[in-house]
Amino acid sequence: MTLNRRSFIGTGLVLGAALSAPPLIGQARPRVVIVGGGAGGATAARYIAKDSQGAIDVTLIEPTRTYYTCFFSNLYIGGFRDLASIGHSYGTLAAQYGINVVHDWAVGVDRDGRTVTTAGGHVFPYDKLIVAPGIDFVEGSVPGWDISAQNRMPHSWKAGSQTQLLKAQVEGMRQGGLFCMVAPPDPFRCPPGPYERISMVAHVLRERNPTAKILIVDPKQSFSKQALFEEGWQKHYPGMIQRIGPDFGGNNVSVNPETMEVDIDGQVEKVDVCNVIPAQKAGRIAELAGLTGETGFCPIVPATMQSRMDEDIHVLGDATIAGDMPKSGFSANSHAKVAAMQVRAALTGSTAFPARYSNTCWSLIDTDDGVKVGASYAPTDEMIAKVDGFVSQTGEPADLRKLTYEESLGWYSGIVADMFG
Amino acid sequence: MRGALFPVLALALIGAGQAQAQTRATAIGDAERGAEIWMFCSGCHQIGPEAEISIGPPLNGIFGRRAATVADFPYSRSMTRMGRDGLTWTLDTLDAYIENPRVLVSGTRMSFDGLEDPRERADLLAFLRDFSDRPSNIPEAAPTARADLPRLSEDTLAIVGDRAYGEYLSSECTTCHQRDGSDQGIPSIVFWPQRDFVLAMHAYKQKLRPHPVMQMMAGRLSDEEIAALAAYFGTLTP
Repeated sequence: MTLNRRSFIGTGLVLGAALSAPPLIGQARPRVVIVGGGAGGATAARYIAKDSQGAIDVTLIEPTRTYYTCFFSNLYIGGFRDLASIGHSYGTLAAQYGINVVHDWAVGVDRDGRTVTTAGGHVFPYDKLIVAPGIDFVEGSVPGWDISAQNRMPHSWKAGSQTQLLKAQVEGMRQGGLFCMVAPPDPFRCPPGPYERISMVAHVLRERNPTAKILIVDPKQSFSKQALFEEGWQKHYPGMIQRIGPDFGGNNVSVNPETMEVDIDGQVEKVDVCNVIPAQKAGRIAELAGLTGETGFCPIVPATMQSRMDEDIHVLGDATIAGDMPKSGFSANSHAKVAAMQVRAALTGSTAFPARYSNTCWSLIDTDDGVKVGASYAPTDEMIAKVDGFVSQTGEPADLRKLTYEESLGWYSGIVADMFG
Repeated sequence: MRGALFPVLALALIGAGQAQAQTRATAIGDAERGAEIWMFCSGCHQIGPEAEISIGPPLNGIFGRRAATVADFPYSRSMTRMGRDGLTWTLDTLDAYIENPRVLVSGTRMSFDGLEDPRERADLLAFLRDFSDRPSNIPEAAPTARADLPRLSEDTLAIVGDRAYGEYLSSECTTCHQRDGSDQGIPSIVFWPQRDFVLAMHAYKQKLRPHPVMQMMAGRLSDEEIAALAAYFGTLTP
């Protein structure tokens, strides 16, 4: 396939030039800069480079050299994956797709001059910019917690060292100790994620520390796959997990990382391990670029993923207000394909087909007990709207749940190949 | 397999018209107009953050709720039985209930003659939808729009697929299915005879094959799109 692509590059260049939109004729190759190399950014980079066959100059700015996927990081905590299996390099994107991979932080966007500046002091001009920075945390959303406390109370909501830390803390917890999760308010990255994490922590504790307890304090009335998780916890981890919702003070929580205490509506609990997942907003570069609205996330045009603030910028993934689509790697991958097609159409005159979006989220509750939820979406004038969907049912037979888990392994291989080549 | 599947599909073709490929979804209805129609309901039902039991049960979170499950509300025996049988309030069941309550629940206590106009019902449903869980936060929550579902035409199997269009559409498949044909938990879909591919996709679309992800994905592909995908995946170079 690689050989075929290479043999086509020459033709692609000629074609690309012939089809160029009028403003670009006579210029060098049009330039696309992509900020963020996750499920949105890496996919967009690969699709633009692959489908434009060299006609577009693609630069991907991503600080980490090895990208750890947030999806499946809970399975690492549970002992179902090793860390290496969720880490990916950008080597193939550079070597096989000709993408200029820059390991640096984007720290500024000049929308008038159409340039991106990095912390390393480099300036990258663009014709089209794609912003896919994921999430950052809302300061002060959990009183007592800030990023300086992330070693005592890890968030582990960006995968890598934080995930390793939380796993080590769970495994090293004293016998009969208390694990506490401060769950985030809506909207946040990966709606079923906190509850899959609880399942994986329970799985570890059941084997190593069976008298330990798990406490979830949660500002939300209800959560994704709730019936499935609650059924699974009852079945696999009876008596281990307690959840305090907003009716009992789960929405009025502060923490003290020094003393390892959690204050739940005036009642102070001493805890052994505390996973604080704060409220979330778009990654900071989106804010710096002036792409965010009142909610802290980025409004987009549903049919194109263009920013509502700037038609030369597309925003992808968790940073967006994507209507009914949840914040997930699958969603970001889906956004990226629409944006990649639109960007190519604008720069080289290729066909832009109508946008279509989809998402599926798998979660693991215990060994071979996988569940899933998914939906298809389409743009209306106002938003990306849900049109159809499905969810695993309670009481499903074990062989179906095993099949669902195996399917999630296949999906993981599929999506990382789709992102990183 | 081909022999067994085809007659079933052929039956499904009867009476079906041709439709354009879906480009957009249509919102359920106009929630602002729905708020005006809500006047017919608000004498008995409350909705919103402060809603309580009145003559009827509060309607917050009605989408996805099992019938007759508001604690302490004195439901009719008929409604209670429907709830026990599994009646859940969805876009379709609510629409039918609002059109004529007795069609769905013979002995309902709701003294309402029904709304005949489908557009008025859609607007009211859009209004009610705003007081239920949002799909972005709880992905299994009810849809906010209706798909403009394409239907089968009699010439479906004869359509020659547009391979370039298939290549574009294939990006939706390759989030799970791998282009190189590897088969780990998710089956390979490359190098299939095109006819087999088309038959399989229509079987998912008709919900004759059971997999929910594939039913959903195939469900919104038009005939041309299925043919295009078959053409693309059938002729991939290894």
